[in-house]
Amino acid sequence: MRPLLRFLRHAGPVPASAGRQASRLKPLWYDLRRGRPRHKAGVTIVLGLLATLATPALAQQAPLADVQLSDPVKEAQAKALMETIRCVECQGQAIADSNADIAANMRSLIRQRIKAGESPAQVRAWLIQRYGDYISYDPPLGSATWPLWAAPVVLLVIGIAIARSSFRRKR
Amino acid sequence: MRRVLLWLPLVLFAALFGLVALGLFKPADRTVRSAMVDKPLPDFALPAMLPTKPGVARSSFGGGKPRLINIFASWCVPCIAEVPELAKLKAAGVPIDGVAINDTPEAIQAFLDRNGDPYQRIGNDKTSQLQIALGSSGVPETFLIDGRGRIVRQYVSNLQPDQVEDILKTWRGMR
Repeated sequence: MRPLLRFLRHAGPVPASAGRQASRLKPLWYDLRRGRPRHKAGVTIVLGLLATLATPALAQQAPLADVQLSDPVKEAQAKALMETIRCVECQGQAIADSNADIAANMRSLIRQRIKAGESPAQVRAWLIQRYGDYISYDPPLGSATWPLWAAPVVLLVIGIAIARSSFRRKR
Repeated sequence: MRRVLLWLPLVLFAALFGLVALGLFKPADRTVRSAMVDKPLPDFALPAMLPTKPGVARSSFGGGKPRLINIFASWCVPCIAEVPELAKLKAAGVPIDGVAINDTPEAIQAFLDRNGDPYQRIGNDKTSQLQIALGSSGVPETFLIDGRGRIVRQYVSNLQPDQVEDILKTWRGMR
């Protein structure tokens, strides 16, 4: 049992909602097997679907996770920042695109801090202090990242050198 | 020289192929670790999740006694698997504070009734405030806080028996 649970590490909210759907759908099979009137099964499906639809509203969302700030300038700042902050649960996505709970909570945190008057740079620095540079899609120039900036220049110089020597040979 | 140059592209390709193959068979560790380890615990105050237990606040850490913070949720399967390991720590006298993420008092009470209750306090962190402030990326995670209020260790995912041993050893050493 343990290896399985180890595999399930860092579960998101998916198992809980999946379980909820399963338990909603169960009566459908019971009804069909026992030969009860079909409309009952239909009602169950509709109720089940409604419950699934209603779930996001019922789940207590963090404030401002999916609500824009009233100040358009601040909202634009917050949105731009969210697009460059990595979701720690679904890595590879930005928190702006992610449906993970923790991404919603991070969006809420970012909007609240920007609303309170912090600059996007300050919020980014605060998050980097917590999670390291990994959280940001805008890596800072440092001892480990300078090749990212240097590589294009170096490759361009090598390319020019190769082009020059090959053109000269042709003449 | 010419001969070497002739073979160079193939050698480079073989090296790249090897690198990609290595990445396929030994994928990188994608665990997000907190950058807050070895730093002081940030200030926070979480309200109580249950009427029967107090909430969790910064002020209860750093009074000379090390404590554990366990980030969990009633909707998380590995958290259920972890309860027996936390119970071992509780039995050894390690104080554990629970931080419930995106949860309700009813669900937490049902979780404790069903799986056991290793917690001294349970704070309600509905919006992941403390979780993000600690640099935690999911549930469950466990943080060991020393007697001076410094974060000493982070354990990602459900605690394993060897990690429980590690916590007990460190905890006994800190007292």
